[in-house]
Amino acid sequence: MGQLKVIGGGGEDVAVTTRLSDLLQWARKWSLFQYPFVTACCGMEFMSTAAPRYDIARFGAEAPRFSPRQSDVLWVVGTISQRQGPVVRRIWEQMADPKWVVAFGTCASCGGFYDNYTTIPGVDKVIPVDVYIPGCPPRPEAVLDALMLLQDKIQANDRRPVVVPPKQVVENAPGRAKEGGS
Amino acid sequence: MSQAVVDRLSTELGERILETSDAFGEHEATVAADAWVEAARLLKEDDALQMDHFIDLTAIDYPERASARFDVTLTTRSSVSGQRVRLRTRVKEGEKLGTVSGLWMGANWAEREVYDMFGIEFRDHPDLRRILLYEEFVGHPLRKDYPIDKAQPLVPYREVSDIVKLPPFGIEEGQPFARIDWEARLAGRDQQVSPAIGVQQGQRRTLSDSEAAEQIQARIDARRAAEAAEEGSGK
Repeated sequence: MGQLKVIGGGGEDVAVTTRLSDLLQWARKWSLFQYPFVTACCGMEFMSTAAPRYDIARFGAEAPRFSPRQSDVLWVVGTISQRQGPVVRRIWEQMADPKWVVAFGTCASCGGFYDNYTTIPGVDKVIPVDVYIPGCPPRPEAVLDALMLLQDKIQANDRRPVVVPPKQVVENAPGRAKEGGS
Repeated sequence: MSQAVVDRLSTELGERILETSDAFGEHEATVAADAWVEAARLLKEDDALQMDHFIDLTAIDYPERASARFDVTLTTRSSVSGQRVRLRTRVKEGEKLGTVSGLWMGANWAEREVYDMFGIEFRDHPDLRRILLYEEFVGHPLRKDYPIDKAQPLVPYREVSDIVKLPPFGIEEGQPFARIDWEARLAGRDQQVSPAIGVQQGQRRTLSDSEAAEQIQARIDARRAAEAAEEGSGK
């Protein structure tokens, strides 16, 4: 929560101070209401992330709001066709500030293999994107990485776009399935 | 077995069946464009044929063919006898073809798709509008002379600095169509379908990122110049 300063101590009368903006950003990053704009197969991974196994509720972002006016994060999940361009643009315009956009998967990030007349080559041609998640589709872990990246960005008040980095594979990590095992 | 259907078409329509074939057991009759609806009606309503199952109606573009640019094919099946047959006709550019949507309801949307993608119009169609693309779209994208990289955005693309992407996004990711040397391929010098296959088969190297970027930029510049010239001549 930004910079914390403890006042007092050694007893029960302890106070902690911080800046109001830091406190606000802290509150925002842990209560992200999401608008899922789901158009394609990436939606399956999005559902998986939202379901109990990966449990996006741990990050305070479990509540979908199907009204853009009540949501903070626009998840663009899947291919955006040229015909959908005005729609996604309008939804983004209806969201109240502060708002963030996540491009979920390769199609939303850059058009993927739809390199033709139908598809917008990345939703960032139409609306600004904060976090890109590569993958076709990305695994739920990558989605959670993106959410944590977004939280960091919110806390730091940093609007530069970022890409979720590739997953680091840790050999023989505890809990990891043995090679060849089922 | 479906040979019987083709034979019956030939006896009924005679000269207007231009040719028949049975490649790999798929029976096909090519019919003159003016007998298209008549042949379809025979397939559907004849007591011996009863082709009541509409499977598909689509078109193929042969831009190099001087006589008639498009083939339209209609695939039907009979749920009574299980016979399956394909009807084909040849259509010139701008020529209208009769609709078969009165015979099979399913043909309605299929004909709209053919209209949308190839620009072939169907006479007496109840609702001939674009079905997949938007009304603002100019041209017909499945015609082979439609530029492969020409998009027609409904929303103007943003032009800001942050749109230049960090790796892994950018020109080197996704399905790298951009790396195929399309000029060489269209000129018949190269048949590769994808850079990866080209490398495996030792046909040719793929373009490097900077070469691909140059090619794309050259194409964009050429098209902009052409559009500018067109606008200039229009005024």
